[in-house]
Order: sequence, then C-alpha cells, then structure tokens
Amino acid sequence: MMNYVPDPPHPTAPDAVHADDLTVVRGPRTVLHHLRFTVPRGQITGLLGPSGCGKSTLMRSVVGTQAKVTGTLDVLGRPAGHPTLRSRIGYVTQAPSVYDDLTVRQNLDYFAAILDPGRASAERRHDVARVLTDVDLTSHADALAGNLSGGQRGRVSLAVALLGTPELLVLDEPTVGLDPVLRRDLWNLFHDLAARGATLLVSSHVMDEAERCHRLLLMREGRILADDTPAALRTRTGTDTVEAAFLRLVDQANEADAVDRTKETTR
Amino acid sequence: MSTTTTPAAPAAPAVPTGALNAARTTATAARVLRQLRHDPRTIALLILIPCLMLILLRYVFDASPRTFDNIGASLLGIFPLITMFLVTSIATLRERTSGTLERLLAMPLGKADLIAGYALAFGGLAIVQSALATGLAVWLLGLDVTGSPWLLLLVALLDALLGTALGLFVSAFAASEFQAVQFMPAVIFPQLLLCGLFTPRSDMHPALEAISDVLPMSYAVDGMNEVLHHTDMTATFVRDVLIVAGCAVLVLALGAATLRRRTA
Repeated sequence: MMNYVPDPPHPTAPDAVHADDLTVVRGPRTVLHHLRFTVPRGQITGLLGPSGCGKSTLMRSVVGTQAKVTGTLDVLGRPAGHPTLRSRIGYVTQAPSVYDDLTVRQNLDYFAAILDPGRASAERRHDVARVLTDVDLTSHADALAGNLSGGQRGRVSLAVALLGTPELLVLDEPTVGLDPVLRRDLWNLFHDLAARGATLLVSSHVMDEAERCHRLLLMREGRILADDTPAALRTRTGTDTVEAAFLRLVDQANEADAVDRTKETTR
Repeated sequence: MSTTTTPAAPAAPAVPTGALNAARTTATAARVLRQLRHDPRTIALLILIPCLMLILLRYVFDASPRTFDNIGASLLGIFPLITMFLVTSIATLRERTSGTLERLLAMPLGKADLIAGYALAFGGLAIVQSALATGLAVWLLGLDVTGSPWLLLLVALLDALLGTALGLFVSAFAASEFQAVQFMPAVIFPQLLLCGLFTPRSDMHPALEAISDVLPMSYAVDGMNEVLHHTDMTATFVRDVLIVAGCAVLVLALGAATLRRRTA
C-alpha cells in the first residue's frame, strides 16, 4: 500500500540541500565537524578534497544512509532520510552496486520496478531505454554486468541512479578509473542533466573536473575550506586553477593549525 | 554520449509504509530467481544432492527398510532447512557486501518487501527440491509413509522457510563468506544432533532434552515422524507445524531488524 502525500512547493527552501552544524560521528572519530553549506538547485556542485576527508560520509548523510548524523540537514525541503525522498534522489556509491549475475537490462528492470511498481511496463521500458542511452550502454544491454569492464559497471550503477528522473543526483566519484573520452562524455551528460532541471552533487579528487562544476565545496579533514564558484575561488586566492586555489587554502589551513598547536603547547 | 530531451518531470513520490508491497515483493523474488538462472550449476546441485543422498541412504540401510523410513523422513525435513540456510546466508551476505543492499534501502523498498521476496523465491525453489526428493523417496525408494505425502511436503516447505530465515539472520553477523559458511556447523549441527535423528530425544541427558525442546529442528523432525506413523493429522503434528512456522516468522522478523537503512 502507498500513501501519496502531495508535495508542498518549497518557497522557503530554494536550495536542494541545506546543512547547518552538520556533524557525523563514526566509531570514536568525528568525521564531519559542524558543517554549514548549501547545494543550489539545477546546478552541478562539486565536492572536492583528498581521499579520507569525509566526502563519502557527507554524501551518505544527504542520501540518508549514514548513521549518527546531528545538526540540520534538509534535502529537497525535507529532513535527510525522509521516506518521501527515497524516490526523488539518485545515489551512486563509489564501488558499482549492481548485481553481477544479472544482465544490464535485468538490473535496470529490477531497480525500475522497485522505484515505481505502479508504472505501466511500457513506460518503465522507455525509462530503461532512456538511461541506457544516457550512459551509452545500449549495445551492452544484454551482457552480464559481471562480464563488463570496471568503467562499464560504474556506468550501469549510474544508469540505475538515473531511473525515474530524480530531482537530486548524488554521485560519489563517478569518473574514477575512466579514460579521458568517457570522462568528458560523462561530464557532458551531467551538464545535460542539470540543464533538464536536476541538481547534481558530484565528488571527485581530480581537480581538473572541478573547473566543470557550477559551484565547489572544498573539503579537508571533515571541514569545509571553501564554498564558492570556481571563478570566485581563483580570484579570491589569486591563482589560475582550482587546483592551485585548493592547495593555497590547504596551506593556509595547515599554518592556522600549526599556530593553534604552538599556542596549546606554550600554554 | 547522446542524450534525449525528456523534461525533468518530478516522479510521483511513492511512500513505502510498513505494510508489504506485493509488486515490489514479487519483483524481488523474480530478481533472485533470475540471478539463480544465470547459475545453473547451483540449481542442479540444490535439486540433485538431496535426491542423491536419499538414494545413498536407501542402499546404506538396504537390510533394514524400517531405519530408512525413519531417517529418510527426517532427512526430507532437514535437507531443505540446510540448503536454504546456506543459499540465503551467502546471497544476503553478497547483497550486503556488493552495496546493492544499501542501494535498495536508499530506494523506496520496504524491508519486509525484501525479506518476503527472498522467502518467496527460495520457498519456491524449496517446493521443487522437496517435491522431487519426497516423490523419489515415496514412489521409487519405497519410503513407507502412513500419512499423506502432501503433509511431508508441507513440513519440508516450512523447514525451507525456517532455513531461509536463519540464513538471513546470521548473514548480519558474518563479515565474509568464510564466516557465513562456518555458521552452518554453529547453527545447524547442534540442532541436527539434538533433533532426534540419531537417537530419540527422550533418551538424551535431561539437560540436552530440555535444549532440544527449544530448538525448532526438533519439531520439524517430530512433524515428519507424525506423518510417517499416523494416517490422520494428529494434534502433535499441528503443534509441530505451528511451532516451525512460528519460529520461521520470528527469525524473519529478527532478520528484518538487522537490515538498517542508516549504517556507520
């Protein structure tokens, strides 16, 4: 049985994601420290930072699969993890999460049925054909996912997230291990999706991809170093590339940490 | 990469409630069976091994058909429990480690839909397995059943569900396939020893008999023996069947509790 709750318009929440004092604890460690950021609608927001800085934890919190999240985290006008959000968010984990012992089409058919079992099968088939075209895997539709290359399996995982045209796409390192041509194609697809009205939150540790985002969240050790457009970041730091800007910000943060530590030891 | 120009029409939000969604449950069951279909060797092993074991047993006890009757009937209940336990614990573990479980739980899928889907798929497989094994034992190997073979099948099916439930539950405590397989001797063997297969439960040390009273496999074997010796459905048989079914439901509910939408 399903309850259809009509969604109210979101006059007060124009941002797709709004976080305030967001803190996440994993075991003994605090992974995210009092984060405050927004992800605007209809844009590509890049989440960048070295591996282990908390990018995946932040994304899992937005999707609602992360435990021990405190503070405010609103996603599409609802608190993160709200049941109504489950069909409105597409999520791609770092490792491709598809069934290796099913074909690409069988994978998509199953997830499409889970997403919206009430839909007519013709409509569902159309949706599956659309996402296969989007990730350029139509010619591999009847291959077992387990027999595909790593990059292809990653695209199957992405295709699953595109089913049902979600309003928000959360993509954890979607281009890792892909060749330059595929990477360019995927970024073209991301811009296409944004043009169609979707909001994208894409993580990466490849800085040249940052230049292709509308906005950037730069992270380091569970804290947000910067939340700005690529151009504004370059101007603010007086650098030519986002990579140089990021390194400048990291150095500044390291110096600040060092000063803090000397203060503590001299106290 | 070409793209179509579908407008971003917001999908109608589907809100999963606690109740079972039939379409999602059957889709999940169909998916589990489809996965198995790509693995014909596993299907062959699942279906054939119980039959081969029964044939083996029949000729091991060539000189004493009464012993074959007793052990054979018990085994008809034990086989589906063990195989479904193994298959489910590995399948669920793979679902957990491959990330597909996290993906499913981030989607509008109820935990009950997932568990019922697995129970339906493996229950169906268990029917095929048990029907073949029971048919072979009764009609070709001369297993002498006083009651209806249909009742044997019913107990076998409930045992399979219990195996599925136990497998689902223990997979939450296994971090690897190695651990999952080791749960078989840990969970199944004690029940096998205490269920009355080797010696009547009343002949055991009172402490062990008391333990066997709370293990579900004891009732599975009791139920099989009731069918073996009585023409009609006895009150004991009904009690046994209800206990096995109740345990299966209880453990399935415990298994559902181990599925967390939010994980560390």
